[in-house]
Amino acid sequence: MPEQRVVEPEYLILEAPRERKFITGSQAFAEAVKRANVDIAIAYPITPQSETMHLVGDLYAQGYIKDYYRAEEEYGAMSAIAGAVRGGARAFTATSGPGLLRGLEAIVSWPGHRIPAVLGIMTRVVNAPLSIQPDNVEIAYLLNSGLIVFHAENQQDVFDFTLAGFVISEKVDVYLPVVVATEGFFVTHAKGYVDLPPEDMKLPPRDPYKAPVPPTDCEIPPARIQRDAPVQKSNFMSYLIHAVWQQEIWSANRRAVKWIKHYLGGLIEVVNPDAEVFIVASGCAAAQGREAQRYATMEGLNVGLVKIKSLRPFPTNELREVLKNAKTVIVPEHNIVGWLAKEVKAAIPNSGIVVDGPRVYGGMTLPVELIMDEIYKAFGIKKERKTVV
Amino acid sequence: MGLEYVRISPGFEKYMPRDYVDLVKYGPFGKQLDVMQMGQFKELVEEHPMCAGCYMAYFIRVFYAALPNPEDTIVLGTAGCARLALSQAAVPFVYGNYGDTNAVASGLKRALSIRFPDKVKDVVVIAGDGGLIDIGFGMTMHSWFRREKFTTIMVDNEVYGNTGGQESGMSPKGLQLKMAPLGKKFDKINAVELAKTAGCVYVARISPTNPKRIAKTIRRAILAARHFGPTFIHAYTSCNIEYSIPTREVLADARKREKQDFKFYEWMTDEVKEFFEELERKEKQEVKK
Repeated sequence: MPEQRVVEPEYLILEAPRERKFITGSQAFAEAVKRANVDIAIAYPITPQSETMHLVGDLYAQGYIKDYYRAEEEYGAMSAIAGAVRGGARAFTATSGPGLLRGLEAIVSWPGHRIPAVLGIMTRVVNAPLSIQPDNVEIAYLLNSGLIVFHAENQQDVFDFTLAGFVISEKVDVYLPVVVATEGFFVTHAKGYVDLPPEDMKLPPRDPYKAPVPPTDCEIPPARIQRDAPVQKSNFMSYLIHAVWQQEIWSANRRAVKWIKHYLGGLIEVVNPDAEVFIVASGCAAAQGREAQRYATMEGLNVGLVKIKSLRPFPTNELREVLKNAKTVIVPEHNIVGWLAKEVKAAIPNSGIVVDGPRVYGGMTLPVELIMDEIYKAFGIKKERKTVV
Repeated sequence: MGLEYVRISPGFEKYMPRDYVDLVKYGPFGKQLDVMQMGQFKELVEEHPMCAGCYMAYFIRVFYAALPNPEDTIVLGTAGCARLALSQAAVPFVYGNYGDTNAVASGLKRALSIRFPDKVKDVVVIAGDGGLIDIGFGMTMHSWFRREKFTTIMVDNEVYGNTGGQESGMSPKGLQLKMAPLGKKFDKINAVELAKTAGCVYVARISPTNPKRIAKTIRRAILAARHFGPTFIHAYTSCNIEYSIPTREVLADARKREKQDFKFYEWMTDEVKEFFEELERKEKQEVKK
């Protein structure tokens, strides 16, 4: 391992020279962790996540990370992450689908406990029948807990969101866990071009005293809320403490907006802002939406793309602004429930313009043709489709 | 650093609550006090909302008096009766999710070891039979398999007291409890043997009838965890409410159980035994001087 020197986050994320590599999404996660000055990583196997935590284990063996172990299962892994972060360490872990749901009780309590950490999610089918394919319905479970949730389109996003995730997570006015989700296999096991800053640089170490809720380390008086659950107060105090604390978590979640703009260039990316018809998508669906937008432009159709990078905080104001003159909004997704379509409908005043789909589920690929069909419908174009059986 | 965060900043003494001022002046921080002096010094836990006659509350009171290093100790608990008192003590307390204590303690202890490699930071889990042996069983066992260096104390009241008296894995066989309407169908789980098999370096079973012995056991469990590996104490702390033990008879009940199935038992590895022999020899020499 090269000797790493500490550089400012602004330099490492925004200014340092970058070299192009052709790597998998799992490698992109590990490359971010390598430069993030992580103290401890805790792993538990599940496909398709495992490869990421194998690579992070190699980083530990090489000396980039100070401690690493394979936990008993995800509830234990996510609880131990909470313990390590309370003890003042910077921590990383990752999981997929059923593993995420097993760890969910612990994970959704991280915001309340003010646990700044980064959790990688490589999506996978949950519920029965069993499958290992990258359906992303699990992301829906994360949206209402106070977590910051990014959704990566490709390997480059995985790297950028993860590295910036550590910095945003520990900002004093945020201090919340950051989830970096991406589609399993499509991104984690496929290669893409990633521009990487030098590997002999790393983020400054975590300063746990620069915090709205101090660490529990016997160096500083502990936060009362962490030790003394409101449940043992009077009912009135119980309502009140929980209410104000949760309000503050969601305010902190909103306060992350400015940091996401600063480090990641905004909550959304817009292609062709003057379009009549928009595709609004996140993760891999945004990659397919990008292709559909390109095809449509080649055919002379005025179609735009809004890629949502941050699902929490959700870009409500940004969507309202971009979509204010849109005739139709197409929301392609990799899940059966359409959680993103619901979010988009709730965000804009004229939800009737939102097309519910196209959706694929069970983890299958999302053909660009399905999105094109919706685009043709939006423009009133009738296309003959040959079906070959 | 421990003592530094406990001390009151100069000039603030008159604004601090009387209780806290007394705690710093007359409490156990930075001192080694004898548990038999309880009542003569300011204790780390005084007021708590546990039931009158609760033997777990008594055990916890002795626990805090016995800590070898209260200013650098972190206690973890989970849902159940014990945390009602633990959260009132003047020692940092972590209350996570259901049954997660030994996983949280693993992460916490490792973080403290990374950040303070040359300092003593004791981590102690105190949770009930339900928290450690039912819902948290996997995490309890795996923290022992992994040889995590912290102490686990099971305050066993043989029932889910806090949720209203349901059967636990540690309830005696045959007993009719809520969720065991026809009586419990299987024996009390042998936690002490599990701890030994799983790799604890110091294991004890105790019925809290003798405060000096409770204090010595707790101190040993914490010191052994600090230097060698996981340690475990199985303490009988009766639930006088669910088991209908009259308040004035809780001690008699503890004595009765001590004769039956909670006879004092202490086991440690040879390495730990040598460590205590050496430590106790040195302490005796100090006293002679």
